[in-house]
Amino acid sequence: MSPTAVEDGISVRNLSKSFGAVRAVDDLSFDVRPGRVTGFLGPNGAGKTTTLRMLLGLVEPTSGTATISGRRYADIERPQRVVGAALEAASFHPGRTALDHLRVYAPQAGVADARAHEVLGLVGLSDAARRRVGGFSLGMRQRLALATTLLADPRVLLLDEPANGLDPEGIRWLRVFLRALAAEGRTVLVSSHVLSEVEQTVDDVVIIARGRLVHASTLADLERLAAPGVRVTSPDVAGLHALVERQGWALAPLAPAGDGVPGALAPAGAATAATLELRDVDAATVGAAAFRAGLELHALAPRDTGLESIFLGLTGGGTPPPPAAAAPTTPAGGAR
Amino acid sequence: MRAALVTEYRKIVTTRLWWVLLLVMVGYMMFIAGFMAWAFTQGGGMGGPTPGGGGEQPDLTPEAVVRTVYTIAVTFGYVFPVVVGALSVTTEFRHQTITPTLLAEPRRGVVLVAKLVAGLVIGVVFGTVATLVTAGTGAGVLAALGEPTFLGEAETWRTLALSALALAMWSVVGVALGTVLTNQVAAIVVLIAFTQFVEPVLRVVLALTSWGKDIASYLPGAAGEAVSGGSFYAEAGMASLLDWWQGLLVLVAYAVVLVVVGRATTFRRDIT
Repeated sequence: MSPTAVEDGISVRNLSKSFGAVRAVDDLSFDVRPGRVTGFLGPNGAGKTTTLRMLLGLVEPTSGTATISGRRYADIERPQRVVGAALEAASFHPGRTALDHLRVYAPQAGVADARAHEVLGLVGLSDAARRRVGGFSLGMRQRLALATTLLADPRVLLLDEPANGLDPEGIRWLRVFLRALAAEGRTVLVSSHVLSEVEQTVDDVVIIARGRLVHASTLADLERLAAPGVRVTSPDVAGLHALVERQGWALAPLAPAGDGVPGALAPAGAATAATLELRDVDAATVGAAAFRAGLELHALAPRDTGLESIFLGLTGGGTPPPPAAAAPTTPAGGAR
Repeated sequence: MRAALVTEYRKIVTTRLWWVLLLVMVGYMMFIAGFMAWAFTQGGGMGGPTPGGGGEQPDLTPEAVVRTVYTIAVTFGYVFPVVVGALSVTTEFRHQTITPTLLAEPRRGVVLVAKLVAGLVIGVVFGTVATLVTAGTGAGVLAALGEPTFLGEAETWRTLALSALALAMWSVVGVALGTVLTNQVAAIVVLIAFTQFVEPVLRVVLALTSWGKDIASYLPGAAGEAVSGGSFYAEAGMASLLDWWQGLLVLVAYAVVLVVVGRATTFRRDIT
């Protein structure tokens, strides 16, 4: 409907959802582009599932919009043909066989039963087609959930924690599978609470914490934040700044300070000392330059920030979220 | 809508519950129909399992015996179609399959209507099987005892058809109840308690009052019996029945009220 809507793209605008007093999603805006795998990341309880459920018309937003190809999910005719979504690996009747599970949704997807066999083959579950889902491992359920999303060959895929319960081999399989889907020009949005799980799969990242957007960029841009750096502390505030300027060192744009971040040091006497984070330079270079300049250093530590540390820093990891934000997806749980 | 109906139909037949309940119902109906056929003709004044217990059993005409026995399914067996109907909704919430259901068809009204129609279809199956088993067993026992079976009469077959219709409608009421009471255990407990205990007791108690009999005939069980025209309670002198179409309307009214409530609550809420 919106003229700017990207075909097969996902657009979230000023999306908010309150469950009673709990603000599960707070003024969230981001876009997901076709032909790429986008990681939708955040700690548990950040509001990922609630956002996906609003995108899928299962949860009514308090305000804002969430659209796919410019349309609300509820306005899409035969939505399974446009969007394939898997929200929980638990949404199966345990007494139904894998094949029957797919046959239940096949009529509304507008596909013949033969397609059910086909998608079971795609996810490697052909041998388990006539087994009841109740006896499936979590990994098998994940594959069956994925098969369900593929029934009508949709252009957009929304997968909530698809790597949960998969063994390393399963995660590798999923990576190749999702990359292939995106290579066909599809839009693939994958949520996860662990960046490392999807690090090798995604092109773009959307990171949220406590219902708010904290970062959205390509993975390459996020990795740039993770370049090696040095944290340096000196009592000579002016001298340190002068040295940094003279050497042309880049200051880290972002300093995820706090407990749990490797290399982070508590500033020693904030009023009498300066602590800076420098990018793209190692400790030996900084130490040598300081020595030549006669600058007194109190701390000098390499800050080899991995992606995961950046992620934790962005999402406030390490410190537990306040109880109000702990479980916004389940209203009952929100009452601690 | 057609696709939604096929989906709902497949949901029912791809699990084991429906035929397990059907088998249990068949066994139960055979037992109770055979026993009643024997008790009404041979038992004399023994009264059978009359809920009230006391009072002389009035002598029944052969027509009344046949009508009562052949419609036993409506009197005692309606709990089966009503449970099957209710479970078609409550299982979706128990196993969280309501999520994929609403992903496949986000128009919640369509899902609801499809469930009601599928409930009617499975209700026709249960109603037909229950009625045939009941009448078959009852007629068999009556014939063996040398009593008339009235199977040659058109009126008898009309009664049987109405019995199947009443049971089919019960399944729809079950679906409607499930939309209001989505907790599976709660739904089953309420259904069993109401159909097996609350309503029978209410009917007996209301029958003792001067004003209660008219109210009692609007209770759902009594309305169902009215559709088929035969009632164990009526023959025992404890109830008066509405006309068959009035009974049907009362059952429909129960279903409509429950569905309206279910649409405004369960089927409007966020699915989390």
